[in-house]
Amino acid sequence: MEKYGKSMVSRTISHVSFLMCKFLFSILCVGPIPAHIALIMDGNRRFAKRHVLLEDGTDPASGHRVGFKSLMSTIQYCYEMGMKCVTVYAFSTDNFKRGPEEVELLMNLMKEKLDEVLTDENMLKKLDVKINIWGHLELIPEPVRLAAKKAMDVTMHNKGPVLSVCMAYSSTNEITHAIEASIRDTRGNGTQIGVCDLERNLFTAGCVDPDIIIRTSGETRLSNFLLWQSDFTHLQNPNALWPEFSLRQFVLSVMDYQLVHAYLQKKKGEIEKNK
Amino acid sequence: MKNDHHRKERDATLFHAISAYQRTTIANELACIFSRYFYSVNGSYKILISPSKMIEASVIASPILGILYYLLHAIVCLAHIWSYLIYQIQCLIISSGLLPKYQNLKLDRLQHLAVVIDSEEAKNKSKVHQLLLWLSDVGVKYVILYDIEGVMKKSNKAFQKSTATQSDTKCLDFDLNVPSIFDVFGMTVEVISYTDGKEAVAKAANYLFSKFSTNQEGTLDGLEPKFTEPDISSALKAVGHDGPEPDLLLVYGPARCHLGFPAWRMRYTEIVHMGRLSSMKFSAIVKVFYDFSKKHQNYGK
Repeated sequence: MEKYGKSMVSRTISHVSFLMCKFLFSILCVGPIPAHIALIMDGNRRFAKRHVLLEDGTDPASGHRVGFKSLMSTIQYCYEMGMKCVTVYAFSTDNFKRGPEEVELLMNLMKEKLDEVLTDENMLKKLDVKINIWGHLELIPEPVRLAAKKAMDVTMHNKGPVLSVCMAYSSTNEITHAIEASIRDTRGNGTQIGVCDLERNLFTAGCVDPDIIIRTSGETRLSNFLLWQSDFTHLQNPNALWPEFSLRQFVLSVMDYQLVHAYLQKKKGEIEKNK
Repeated sequence: MKNDHHRKERDATLFHAISAYQRTTIANELACIFSRYFYSVNGSYKILISPSKMIEASVIASPILGILYYLLHAIVCLAHIWSYLIYQIQCLIISSGLLPKYQNLKLDRLQHLAVVIDSEEAKNKSKVHQLLLWLSDVGVKYVILYDIEGVMKKSNKAFQKSTATQSDTKCLDFDLNVPSIFDVFGMTVEVISYTDGKEAVAKAANYLFSKFSTNQEGTLDGLEPKFTEPDISSALKAVGHDGPEPDLLLVYGPARCHLGFPAWRMRYTEIVHMGRLSSMKFSAIVKVFYDFSKKHQNYGK
């Protein structure tokens, strides 16, 4: 009886907080909402070190596991607010410089989570999410590469919001790849390669440029992430570590964007006009 | 009398009917809104209608939500004002010279500094001039000035043209599509604009294509172009758009946004928003340089 009472209370609290969350998003939607948000999930290891009393604190991937939960809730908030695209920087080509054990752990974690997402009814059927995996996929181990390919194939025809995961990715590598592809397309045509040709061959072709790039833990650099696509992107660097990135930081992030939206649109419009 | 009674009855019926209709309309609207919430409350994540569409559907809720929206922004604005006041106090303390740690800045890690300025603010030449003077005072040796429309490039080229002699005019490059480099206040200053970004990469791609075509004997069919990042850097140098990667990038404008700064050159650049150029402070620059000197980068490790 007591257990039933407790679960009733927790369910009620959960429903009330869900309603309040929806109400808050309704208020924010009076202003401009970003269509595409990109996330650099920095601070997982620092979080694990800071909270050494975590149950699985000895597991080197513990910070990343907590970070994954934070990622899922942030993606949920994004889609509930009506955002079309979410891009996350999961693994950079520079991250291969980490210890082999940590790299292997991260790769196993990514495979585990990709497989989990494919069995998540909410993500696939109800939200109709389309998954993109961007990066130098030849560099990642075969099991992870196969899991990534499966995720893309299964969700290829989905029409809902887009989740793009950058794995073994770097912006300079993406630009190099775009130049190679543009040269392949152009040879024999006798035409010059233009900016449009390069943009057509980027991993992000067909996706709108990000409106916000959030890098947590207060770091101010982009670390080779979406450098080409971020001309008119609002760059934000909240001090919270990634596992600490909650609804409050998310709401503040959207509100900060709303303040500068008009200015960025104006700058974008001026460049489009001059092209 | 009887007609009056009928008319009153008819009016009352009409009144009730209209009231009922209005109540029904209002009730329908409210039910519409709450049914969305109730559907969601059942634990499903199904989004039938995005919150923005809900607002369009609701005539009553929109003004209330609008008021709450501005109220929420006003509250957050107060928090921003508080942070701004604390920042101003910090700058005041730094400029008073009370803190010795800000007196002797170690700029070993700062080899190249970039400054992105909003084009409207870049028209204020005296402010740009003052900024360069301050940067020189702090000890910066290489500055990359960027504004999206090339306002600083145009004014620099115009200045060069006006002071050049007859013989200089022929050999000086007044092309606005290439970077402009000159020395001032003991610093090397490179002035670039939007055309030195993506268009420069396109020029480098064409250069690589022509080199690729020249190097291959016979037909190009079946041959795959394969380049490395150093190849792209060399190509950018060949087309006159190379340049060092800045360690630190200061943004002067309303928003923290690099506004098209050459993508190839800011892989690991620390990007700091300084506010508007019109309200720039020397102490703010000192604070940023001090914070930068304490930064530690893992470079992915």
